[in-house]
Formats: sequence, C-alpha cells, structure tokens
Amino acid sequence: MTAIAARPLYLRRFPGRTTLVVGLTVVGLMLLAALAAPLIAPYDPVFQDGTARLVAPSAAHPFGTDNFGRDVFSRVIWAARVDLQIAFLGVVFPLVIGTTIGTVAGYFGGVVDAVFMRIVDVVLAFPYLVLIIAIIAILGPGLKSFYIALALVGWVSYARLIRSQILILKSADFVLAARSLGYSHSRIMFRHLLPNALISSIVFAMSDMVLVLLGGASISFLGLGVQPPTAEWGIMVAEGQGFITQALWMTMFPGLAILLLSFGFSLIADGLGEWLGVKE
Amino acid sequence: MHRYRFVLLRPLQFLPVLFGISVITFVLVRLIPGDPARMLLGTRATASALERIRAQYGLDESIWVQYLYFLKNLFAGEMGKSIVFKTDVLKLIGTRIEPTLVLVIGSVALAILIAVPMATIAARNRGRIPDQVVRVVSTLGLGTPPFWLALMLMIVFSVKLDLLPVSGYGRTLPEKAAHMVLPCLTIALSLSAVLTRSLRASLIAQITSDQATAARARGLSEGTVFWRHVMPNAIVPTLNLLAVNVGWLIGGTVIVESVFAIPGMGQLLIRGIFSRDYMVVQGVAMCFAVATVLVNFLADILTVAADPRVKL
Repeated sequence: MTAIAARPLYLRRFPGRTTLVVGLTVVGLMLLAALAAPLIAPYDPVFQDGTARLVAPSAAHPFGTDNFGRDVFSRVIWAARVDLQIAFLGVVFPLVIGTTIGTVAGYFGGVVDAVFMRIVDVVLAFPYLVLIIAIIAILGPGLKSFYIALALVGWVSYARLIRSQILILKSADFVLAARSLGYSHSRIMFRHLLPNALISSIVFAMSDMVLVLLGGASISFLGLGVQPPTAEWGIMVAEGQGFITQALWMTMFPGLAILLLSFGFSLIADGLGEWLGVKE
Repeated sequence: MHRYRFVLLRPLQFLPVLFGISVITFVLVRLIPGDPARMLLGTRATASALERIRAQYGLDESIWVQYLYFLKNLFAGEMGKSIVFKTDVLKLIGTRIEPTLVLVIGSVALAILIAVPMATIAARNRGRIPDQVVRVVSTLGLGTPPFWLALMLMIVFSVKLDLLPVSGYGRTLPEKAAHMVLPCLTIALSLSAVLTRSLRASLIAQITSDQATAARARGLSEGTVFWRHVMPNAIVPTLNLLAVNVGWLIGGTVIVESVFAIPGMGQLLIRGIFSRDYMVVQGVAMCFAVATVLVNFLADILTVAADPRVKL
C-alpha cells in the first residue's frame, strides 16, 4: 500500500485519469502556443498584405489570409491569448465573489442568507446571455464591460453551490471543535469550512470555462465584446461571415480553435469530477 | 389532489422574483447616463412630448417614486415606446414572438430526437466503443460555438447542397418551415449534447436499479425492460434539466436569430442594443425572464404529474 501511495500522482491510476491527461494536454498546448505567439506565429497578426488578400491555405499561409491580407494562422494563435484570458478572468471574478457570498450566507444563515438567496433567484430568472448583453449595452461594448457583466451575473451559480456545501459542513465536528477553541467566525469560515467546500466549485469552474469562453466569443461575434482589429476567435468568425462562400478558411479555423479549447476544458472538468467524485 | 397544492402556492413565491425582475430591469435602464425622457423619445423629440413623458413616468420625482410610476405603467401594459419602430414595445414584442417560439420548441423537439438514441446506445454499451464515441461527440457538441455551427451548416446545406434557404423567415407556412430547419438544428445539436450526457447517466443508474432487476426476474426481455421500465424513469430528470436550461436556450436563440436574420425577439434585443432603443431592450429582457420563471413552474407541474412520489 505504502509503495503505491508513495508514487507521484501522475504515475498513479485513478478514475478519470485518461480524460484529465488528454484535457490538460489540449489546454496546455494551447496555452503554450498563446504564450509563445511571437515565436510561433509566422506573421504580425494585424499586418495587412495588400498583395495577398483572401489567399487559400498554402505553405506560406497554412490557414490562408483574410480580406485585408492578414495571415489567419497568425491571428488564430495571437487570438488564443485573448480567448484564454476571457476564459480565465471570466471565471475567476465570479468564482471569488460567489464563493465569498455563498460562504458568508451559508455560515450565518438568517436574514443575510435569505436576502442573498432571493437575489440569486432573481438573477437566475434572467437568461444568462440576455442579462449579460443588457449590462454590456449600458456599459458600452468592450472586454471590460464583459468582465463586469460576468462578475455581476456569474457569481450566483457559485454562491448557490458553495452555500449548499457549507450548510452540510456547518454541523461537522471539526467546525464545533474550531468554535470551542474560540476561533473567530471569519477564521472558521475561510480557513476551516471553505477549503472543504471548494472542491465542487473548482470542478464547476472548469465546466464554466466552456460556457464563459463560448459566451465571450458569442458576445464578440455580435460586436459587443473584443473590438477589431484585435484578433479574437469570435470576431474572426464574424469578419469571415461576409466572405464565407469565397474564403471559408476565414471562419472555419477560428471556430475550430474555440471548439478545441472548449473540448479541452470539458475534458478537464469531466476528469476532475470523476477523480474527485463530484457530480454535475 | 393535495400533491398539486403547490400549483396554487407557487405563484405566491414568484412574487418576490417578479418584483426582483422589475427592479433589475428598472435599474438597468436608469443606469444609462443621460436624460431618460430623451432616451424614451429619441433626440429629435419636441419639448411638449418630453414634458408629457416626464409626467407619465414621474421623471422629476425621486427615484423611488419613479419606480412606482414604472410599476403602474407596467400593470397598465405600458412598457414604453420603441424609438426606432415608433410603436408600443409590448405590441412590437407581440409581432416577434412567433419565430422565437417556433425556434425554441423546434430545437427542443429535435434535441430530444437526437439525444434519446445517442444516450440509449451509450448506456446499453457502457464502457465500450459506442459509449466512448457518444461521449466524445457530446463533449464536442458542448464546446461548439453556436454562431459558428450555424455558419457551417449554412455553407453545407444552403450553399453547397442548395437544399435550404440561407436566412430570413418567409411568409407562408412551408417557407417558414424551410427557414427554421437550420436554426433549429444549430441549437438542437448543442442542446442534445447536454441532454445526452444527463440521460446516459440516469439510464445507467436505472439499468442496474432494483425495479429493472425485478422486471428481468419476471422474465421480460432486455428490450422490454429498457423501454418500459428504464427509459420512462430515466427521462424525467432529463426533462427537468431542459427546464433548468431554458435560460441557456433563450441565449442560444438570440445568437442564432442574429446569424440567420430571423425576425424574432432575440434579433429585436440585439438590434435594440445597437440602435440604443432601451425600452425595447428592457421589454425583451423582462419578457424573457418571466418566460423562464413560467417554464420552470410548468416543469414542476410535469414532474409531479409524471412521478407520484414527488412532493413539492
């Protein structure tokens, strides 16, 4: 037994390992490509080559060029930076806000809990994307507005999830022990309860990344998110829409990039869930 | 009949949610910088028209009184006027409901038609190759951007094969049906991925359940056990998931309507945002939210009707 336990995690067999490994590889490779964009991308993502407009995929331009003569391959790689940022930041803000609110509401209960949970009900009554679009409409288009909208809307799922965990854990012996030692409420909440309650939120956050990535790309596609000439996959699909019959590569490749990254995130979420025994 | 008592009680619980929805939509529009009266009427409004709208919405009163005016107008079925379309927002929405409703119902039906066989194949071959294939396909389906899928389907079915119209809605019934195939298919392919995963999990739980074993012990064939005992029990939580996802579904219709230029509520919302037609944005957002609440209520009723053990 000890011999097995002493082996590092990556050598051990656990449920969901293959799924997790494949997912981490996909996301890892895309992250690497994003970080190394200046080294990998053959062209400047905004450089317009007037002599090479709408060129079909070839050795010089693996994914072809767009209507401005920009290299689609280079743009897809540079866009990975923006889209990965959307997926990470778009999940981190709601995760932190929702977890804090859910922990406090679940721990104290009473009026605080009732008020926050009614707010959660109301926000959940609105279709996710509709509320985000409405908030962006007021703040004005742009990535910053998208993050603010997401923080205002996305926290509710995390608050609800963590609250249900806290309610279960609240009556556990280790909490009673911490309380009898005279620890402060905030210490019990954030040092004792939260670490135990966080697992299902982390798994949820991974599957949420798919939702946020697709949401961010959709918002940009509609013209409300990232603004041109910045390379972002959703925008690139929108830009290619008008040339879809002559230059399918303009729309096809950025879409495939979104698909691949979401696939990776989904696999990580599934693998983690299977490993840690968390059900969706 | 006391099981159905919640049908009368639940609407009372809706009241705080509906109240919250009205507060959020009210606040959303008041947060926009600028003179609300001008926003309601557009920049070229006359002084007397501005005066009239200020009186109607109590715009010179405090924000609390303004909210009461807003509620009063709401109860009178008055959601303001569209600057662009020059009509009542509620009337405008009325003319846009049909395509959106067709899109939602059509894509749900199509998604169920795709998900049931996929989940069946996966669950009955658990762990084997068909199961793995379904798993990969449904995971890919979850991650497919709907706006991109819409364009790819358009290229294949409308441009290359020339089978279906590219975009728009049409006037006659057959025209409308032809126009709605690809939009419904776009949403259905994403939605079926969610449904397949859920249905597969509950099918697997039901296949090994006591009551399925009991049915097998009575000498029923595996096929009969599956379709008469396993599937009916497994499908209830999946249908519930559908209700939970109705908000997501509406988000999908907004995007798909934009791509296919379908004159529905989603397109109205997006156009409203770009033309700064805030009353339209407010009205559509509110309608979508109320619809979401209603669908969840209906799902509760169906769940109770489908399973006598459930009490709400």
